[in-house]
Amino acid sequence: MNHLISIRGLNKTYDSGFQALKHLDFDIHRGEIFALLGPNGAGKTTLIGIICGIVNPSSGTVMVDGHDVVLDYRATRKKIGLVPQELSTDSFETVWATVNFSRGLFGKPRDHAFVEKILRDLSLWDKRQSKILTLSGGMKRRVMMAKALSHEPDILFLDEPTAGVDVELRRDMWQMVRELRDRGVTIILTTHYIEEAEEMADRIGIISNGELILVEEKAVLMSKLGKKQLTLQLQKSLTSVPAGLENFSLELIDDGSSLVYTFDAQTEQTGIGALLRTLAERGIDFKNLHSSESSLEDIFVDLVSTR
Amino acid sequence: MNIHGIRAIYRFEMARWFRTLTQSIVSPILSTSLYFVVFGAAIGARMGAVNNVSYGAFIIPGLVMLSLLSESISNASFGIYFPKFTGTIYEILSAPVSVIEVVAGYVGAAATKSVLLGLLILLTAKLFVDYHIAHPFWMLAFLVLTAVTFSLLGFIIGIWADGFEKLQIVPLMIITPLTFLGGSFYSIAMLPPIWQKIALINPVVYLISGFRWSFYDIADVDVAVSLGMIALFMLLCVGMIYWIFKTGYKIRT
Repeated sequence: MNHLISIRGLNKTYDSGFQALKHLDFDIHRGEIFALLGPNGAGKTTLIGIICGIVNPSSGTVMVDGHDVVLDYRATRKKIGLVPQELSTDSFETVWATVNFSRGLFGKPRDHAFVEKILRDLSLWDKRQSKILTLSGGMKRRVMMAKALSHEPDILFLDEPTAGVDVELRRDMWQMVRELRDRGVTIILTTHYIEEAEEMADRIGIISNGELILVEEKAVLMSKLGKKQLTLQLQKSLTSVPAGLENFSLELIDDGSSLVYTFDAQTEQTGIGALLRTLAERGIDFKNLHSSESSLEDIFVDLVSTR
Repeated sequence: MNIHGIRAIYRFEMARWFRTLTQSIVSPILSTSLYFVVFGAAIGARMGAVNNVSYGAFIIPGLVMLSLLSESISNASFGIYFPKFTGTIYEILSAPVSVIEVVAGYVGAAATKSVLLGLLILLTAKLFVDYHIAHPFWMLAFLVLTAVTFSLLGFIIGIWADGFEKLQIVPLMIITPLTFLGGSFYSIAMLPPIWQKIALINPVVYLISGFRWSFYDIADVDVAVSLGMIALFMLLCVGMIYWIFKTGYKIRT
């Protein structure tokens, strides 16, 4: 596997004594969208800060495309674009000036055609001469994206990119992130919106209290930890699960009017046929049935709450 | 070397200066002109010459230094403090720029502004007082060296400050008194012997003395000592900035 970012034994303890990261070990693959999930204060922003050079690690190493982020910071930082969580902008600058500033800061010569393309892609071209303080929150978020992309990075960090933005802009940003991935940019995003990770990520990392709980392909994670359920709406309510059905994982809900069967969707024999036959033999009729599977949010809540 | 990075910071800072021309140029020139009018043309005409230099002309180097020191500190400190205040410092910290390049951009721009302002004040002074410059090269050298050194100090203050009040404390409470007591309006030789010795503790005495020498060939202390003191102060500031970036003091957690 082609690892673009390799994190080994990474620890961060702040001066206050708070240990934000505890011995992290994982890799991020070239060209993927990696979603880092975790509750507030889990260590997501600290991790991004260390990779980008904003936070000093206490111990451990981070390699970006074979270069150490501390020892060979020029090589690593050139490859990285960062859209931070906070809307930190130069209020009195114009959109055009601030994006060109970012490009120069990251060591790239002026290229008005390229900056124009970014601004057009982000629907900012008409606002290029506007001072940033006159822009809406959503527009400012786009400006920060334009700044991060101005030096043509191979890796883009998006720290809560859609926090506080409307649905339309969120969809636009998702589309843009997918296009960037298609062009070969590796995307690492942190988000509170689990649906965002579910919608976009190739792989998921879950971090809680500074510890990495798991890193997994999204599809594998959902099939491994996700549960499928079959809910039967009964003709007549039951007071308890009838005898002879102990072998099935059943639960009565809604005052006994519905029977829920939880099964493993990955196995050849789900047991649904056997359950339905057994119910028919015992004269238990149902008027409706539907199946459902747990979302990434369910899995996330389960994992984090057990820690 | 990230030349584009240095250029980007430098241009950004200069653009900020041009956006606020009234505050950054007109205001200091106006206030310094008032000194020329009051102490040069009005009171100065009734004062005796100092070392055969008219009082109005004598105070010019000191007044230029007064503006140069305060503007160098204020330009550089505000330049680095503002990104800290707005949070845009994240971009500087995550960019492929070294300490030297960041300092070159911010301090270079702050020193450029101060030198331009110093030259504009000298031109304005011609309107009120007649003066000459005996050593133009050394005048410019003192102007540039002092602007760079105090811009370095301003940069340190900007990193240290965690509020606008702290940003003002050093220029108002330390630099301005030291400049007034450093011989801007008088020669150290005019003081009683004991105060002459005490005045030598004040680093600004060496700057004003050296700068005045470049105008009128008169100095309170040897010009080589003045240059040595500026160089020493500059080295101290460079060392402190290196330590700040090495440890991440107040900028990197």
